[in-house]
Amino acid sequence: MRRQLAPAFRMMLVMTILTGLIYPGIVTAVCQIFFPRQANGSLVRADGRIVGSALIGQNFTKPEYFHPRPSAAGTDGYNPTASGGANYGPTSSRLIERVRADIAKFREQNPQFQGPIPADIVTASASGLDPDISPAAAYAQAPRVAKARGVPLARVRQLIEQYTEPRPLDFLGEPRVNVLKLNLALDGDNR
Amino acid sequence: MAATATPPALDDSTTLIPKKLVHARPLFDRELVGRAVKASFGKLNPVTLYKNPVIFVVEVGAALTTGLLLRDTAVGRHGLGFQIQIALWLWFTVLFANFAEAMAEARGKAQADALRKTKTDTFAKRISGGGKTEIVAASKLRAGDVVLCEVGDIIPGDGEVIEGIATVDESVITGESAPVIRESGGDRSAVTGGTKVLSDQIKIRITSNPGETFLDRMIALVEGAERQKTPNEIALNILIAGLTLIFLAAVVTLQPFAIYSVRSVGVGTVPTIAALVSLLVCLIPTTIGGLLSAIGIAGMDRVMQHNVLAMSGKAVEASGDVDTLLLDKTGTITLGNRQAVEFIPVEGVTERELADAAQLSSLADETPEGRSIMVLAKEKYNLRGRELSQQEAHFVPFSAYTRMSGVDLDGHQLRKGATDAVMQFVRDLGGKVPAGFLEMSDRISRTGGTPLAVADGARLLGLVHLKDIVKGGMRERLAQLRAMGIRSVMITGDNPLTAAAIANESGVDDFLAQATPKDKLEYIRREQAQGRLVAMTGDGTNDAPALAQADVGVAMNTGTMAAKEAGNMVDLDSNPTKLLEIVAIGKQLLITRGALTTFSIMNDVSKYFAIIPAMFVTTYPALDKLNIMRLHSPQSAVLAAVIFNAVIIVALVPLALRGVKYRPQDAAGMLRRNLWIYGLGGFIAPFPCIWFIDRLLGLLHLA
Amino acid sequence: MTPIGILQIVVYFIVVLAITKPMGAFMARVFQGERTFLHPLMRPLERLIYRLTGVNEDGEQRWTQYAASLIAFSLASFLFVYAIERLQGILPFNPMHFGTKAAPPGAAPVTPDLAYNTAASFLTNTNWQAYSGEMTFSYFVQMAALAVQNFVSAAAGIAVAVALIRGFARHQARAIGNFWVDLTRCTLYILLPISFVAALIFCSRGAIQNFHAYTQVKTLEGSTQTIPQGPVASQEAIKLLGTNGGGFFNANSAHPFENPTPLTDFIQVILIFLIPAGLTYTFGRMVGDTRQGWAIFAAMTILFAAGVFVCYHYEAAGNPILAKLGVESKYTGSQPGGNMEGKETRFGIAQSALFATVTTDASCGAVNSMHDSYTPIGGLVPLFNMETDEVIFGGVGSGFYGMLLYAIVGVFIAGLMVGRTPEYLGKKLQQKEVKMAMLAILATAFVILVFAGITSVIPFAKNGYWNPPGPATANLNNSGPHGFSEILYAYSSAPENNGSAFAGISVDTPWYNLTLGLAMLIGRFAFMIPALVIAGCLAEKKKVPISSGTLPTHDALFVGLLVGTVIVVGALTFFPALALGPLVEHFLMHGGKLFTMLIFPRWS
Repeated sequence: MRRQLAPAFRMMLVMTILTGLIYPGIVTAVCQIFFPRQANGSLVRADGRIVGSALIGQNFTKPEYFHPRPSAAGTDGYNPTASGGANYGPTSSRLIERVRADIAKFREQNPQFQGPIPADIVTASASGLDPDISPAAAYAQAPRVAKARGVPLARVRQLIEQYTEPRPLDFLGEPRVNVLKLNLALDGDNR
Repeated sequence: MAATATPPALDDSTTLIPKKLVHARPLFDRELVGRAVKASFGKLNPVTLYKNPVIFVVEVGAALTTGLLLRDTAVGRHGLGFQIQIALWLWFTVLFANFAEAMAEARGKAQADALRKTKTDTFAKRISGGGKTEIVAASKLRAGDVVLCEVGDIIPGDGEVIEGIATVDESVITGESAPVIRESGGDRSAVTGGTKVLSDQIKIRITSNPGETFLDRMIALVEGAERQKTPNEIALNILIAGLTLIFLAAVVTLQPFAIYSVRSVGVGTVPTIAALVSLLVCLIPTTIGGLLSAIGIAGMDRVMQHNVLAMSGKAVEASGDVDTLLLDKTGTITLGNRQAVEFIPVEGVTERELADAAQLSSLADETPEGRSIMVLAKEKYNLRGRELSQQEAHFVPFSAYTRMSGVDLDGHQLRKGATDAVMQFVRDLGGKVPAGFLEMSDRISRTGGTPLAVADGARLLGLVHLKDIVKGGMRERLAQLRAMGIRSVMITGDNPLTAAAIANESGVDDFLAQATPKDKLEYIRREQAQGRLVAMTGDGTNDAPALAQADVGVAMNTGTMAAKEAGNMVDLDSNPTKLLEIVAIGKQLLITRGALTTFSIMNDVSKYFAIIPAMFVTTYPALDKLNIMRLHSPQSAVLAAVIFNAVIIVALVPLALRGVKYRPQDAAGMLRRNLWIYGLGGFIAPFPCIWFIDRLLGLLHLA
Repeated sequence: MTPIGILQIVVYFIVVLAITKPMGAFMARVFQGERTFLHPLMRPLERLIYRLTGVNEDGEQRWTQYAASLIAFSLASFLFVYAIERLQGILPFNPMHFGTKAAPPGAAPVTPDLAYNTAASFLTNTNWQAYSGEMTFSYFVQMAALAVQNFVSAAAGIAVAVALIRGFARHQARAIGNFWVDLTRCTLYILLPISFVAALIFCSRGAIQNFHAYTQVKTLEGSTQTIPQGPVASQEAIKLLGTNGGGFFNANSAHPFENPTPLTDFIQVILIFLIPAGLTYTFGRMVGDTRQGWAIFAAMTILFAAGVFVCYHYEAAGNPILAKLGVESKYTGSQPGGNMEGKETRFGIAQSALFATVTTDASCGAVNSMHDSYTPIGGLVPLFNMETDEVIFGGVGSGFYGMLLYAIVGVFIAGLMVGRTPEYLGKKLQQKEVKMAMLAILATAFVILVFAGITSVIPFAKNGYWNPPGPATANLNNSGPHGFSEILYAYSSAPENNGSAFAGISVDTPWYNLTLGLAMLIGRFAFMIPALVIAGCLAEKKKVPISSGTLPTHDALFVGLLVGTVIVVGALTFFPALALGPLVEHFLMHGGKLFTMLIFPRWS
């Protein structure tokens, strides 16, 4: 055992340098050369300033913007330094209370919308930073957004359709709408 | 061929000894059951019981439940009926497991007693250094002592005949009443203590010390006193002990889980200790735990019922693992004797003429081959045997030097013998050997026969075809062995040509021709180097190294003491075919263990469905959805599971003692069959049984 | 369940099946020291490493030396990780100044118990995260301590599996390989190249890779948001390939920077099974009968399929209580339906259920959705996967040797039923093998049950050292059966070296850090050492030739037997616990029962 200790520490040191410094160093260099936008966080600019990341959801509460899913990241939600879900189990009264409140709020904000609430729009995402909502959740909000912005509903629906990302390779994951991109497109329209 | 002396009249005491050493007793012999029941209580002693960890855990649980019951009684609590019943059934579980073992032991003891009866106090005539004999008690004899045994004497201990020849009655050991010859030197020199000299006198050198004789060891073995756990049994014990620990952890931790649940939900009560103990006892593999040692003892017992003495349980177990069987040709694969099947005359000689000469030359030949020539001649040509007096005929006996025998009659020199010897004889007399004669002879050899040339003086008459007769059904049995993955190898002193033919006819996988003891030993070593386990039979002293080397060495009882010491089994019937049965018993032993283990484990599933909903009914009534048997009350659910768990042990005792049904089959087929019966069966069977017990308890208002 | 959801799972499995043989054959070449296409690049590096570390490439070890090397290396790992974590304040690559006074508000301190827990967690390939990555560790810690362990703990696990395979393959041999050589080759030829390629793919789809400080942005509505940065893609690749599962961020593979699109998600689940599935073929190749490897593969496939479809079914069915409130529970084409609580929109139900099953089939522990919010039966699947020792493809190496231990137990019982001393691959299974296999299975079962039992009831003073929130159950985020499931999940995840969690439970307290850390170490070494003992023991044995009397271990019957052994042993051990957790919760959920957090009465 004692004879194994010396090679153990030497091996550990060599591996630390190789896999802990050289490997990420080379990956960083290659990524910064070939994929600088992605490697630095897919940051989105509007009016010359950075308004967020296309991949990180952010809070929208105003009626003229599409609203994202409930977020459990941080106390106010969408805090990227506190990523995570709500972690309520299916029989948690707190889950049910929250969903009930969110349903009520959603119905109140979107009186034109009838029918069952899309499953994603009243449930908290896993990361708390989900940048997307389902197309159904977007269409459900379209009348409100159109009304608040004073643009035709058809235009809003057209934008939703345009910003609906299909499944990669046509079968992976779910179709989705990036809330930040959609809202930026709306702002661009209004300008 | 033992020169058979006229059997001497046997006295009454020997005829009382059963024909077979062990006669198959009925499974539940009243006397044995009585003995076993009594022993079951004795086995409750925790000091001895702890060796069986599974049952020991049950006993601790039973004691715990009883203790709590006594406490509750003392404080005057009411409604203890359930607790009383649980405690009782837990004790029954222990007793039933003890009973299984006691039953197997009782059967062994019964045999030991039968053997012990033969071990009366005998006296020996010891020959001291000066050649004088003195009378000493047989129990005082030590290895190296020389004793004299005369007609009517009981041989006082195991030993080697060093002088003389005698007929000995060994029925005590073998159950065979026909006496056998024991003589100094050679392969028939071993004698066993307790057997009786019927004629003549012999000097014997004692080879074992008091208490170590063959008979002593046999008694100890069948009694189970010397029983050591076999390797597989130990491994299986580890497995079930491990499972016991896992279930112990599962049940013990259930208590804090329950406490959490009760607190968190705010209703209900934590399960009682009695319920937890019940769950534990139901889960740990009590069935196999209770029956494991009984299976082992019963395995030895079954070997003995075939008149084979196994020196250890390990040997019985190893016989199930055998990959290669070395079978002696003569007596195992073929009938002991070759028989004449055809007369083949040379050109210019009629078959009848040849038959006549062959018959005449065999008149004095008492060997089975000689007799078979007489018979064939009679059958084919209706030639009757003639009585010839010494005056008119001079018989020439067989000798190793001439390798011929025959008769001189009316100036004819009739001879029969090995082809080359007879050819030489003919040439010496100036005769001619017809062309192609040697080829004729070889042709017979190639088909596995033995050619016997017949000549009338200088005139060569032809050949007698002697044939080895393969035993009926041997081909099928060897095919079965092959299906089981066992290679059969024929050992013979014949030349390779003959051996190959017989091997082909009988269907053995390989043969060892012109085998010397050294060849056998090397063959075994070669097989073992490839990882195979080898079984063989042997009788002579020169077989001893091979018997010792083989993983399963079955010595013939007629063999020498050296052979018996070297092997790990002795076949009292001296029947080499027995090896096949021994292999089957070994396999059956292992299968029974595996089957009951599987059954025991699969049983657990149903018990969970009975007990878990019942335990948590107060906290989580919703768990009643798991009560798929619809047991009518929580108490009766627990009780029914515990009762089933106890009763199944007794119900399976016959299976443990008899062994599961075994039929030769390949491994995949055997596994499929046993998995269906004991795996799926073990999964399903308890459901209706527990349901039924539950109804019964309801009807009797017991719970 | 939707056709397209089922299609995703089926296509996933077909891809795994397709890469098993090439991957397995390649690994067999690597571990048998044969030349591969990577030799021109890696061989000089390999030689250099041996020269620097003083390892004799040709010197093979007995199992005792092999185990000693493994333990010595783990010890070195522990000290390295612990020291780097604690000293992060004075080490480079720390733009956010963690571990110093200049750390951002909300940054968590690295206490000794957290450092110990994290070191134990990463060296055992558990990657349990009692910390929140983005607010605790500098880039240097993430790269040079944690990611290094992602490589070497995976390599060590694979090495042990290969040693066990050698035990079966060899005939009357004493040595089972050289730990240092196996470790080095695994890292150089297998882990590094694949990680490199995967990292580039992840980055191209949006995973970040930089050393910048966190970015402050003003959102569209005018509030501020701090967007974290770091070398994520390089770590992400090995996190999955090595079935480690320790995420750069708290949200792990649910975080858009770790797992930005459904495509990267698909690649992630493939990476998890890549090596474990390949090892089944490596095994067949090295023991000289590939059917043996495929039989194991088939058994794993059955267990995987059962798990993933049960999980998917119950997640797609959703929570009936929410459905009653008016939430759509069915898939409609434009929204996923089902139980979306704790799941990402881009992944939906099928990819989440697939990920949850795969990550616990393997001992990965990365998550793309929050298992705590799964339906009871949907959550039971990952829990049960872990409790059966993660042998369904399993962790790299560990899953495979775990499955072989189950095979030993199964073959032993069934082997007796064919009337022979049980044999597996020509090796007789006797006392020692059975003892060691039982020891491994027993040790993890014990740790799970005993620690979960204690934690369910242990009282602590509020604001005390051991568990500031009070009794251990005060750390739960749910009550009733689900609260119990949180405890059970944590103590199943740790000894099984998974690392995923029912994450509602707050575990960064001394009690949880110490017990979970201990559980991880026991779970790792009480499984590895017995596997090495068996390897040494088997290598010394003769190989019994196969005959028709031998239990065939490459046919459907054997596959069924193996599946049965895993399920029966797991079910029998954990049925009571599962009955009080997910099972009863399932019945209660359908009865509409809810649980509020109770303040537990102080223990009297």
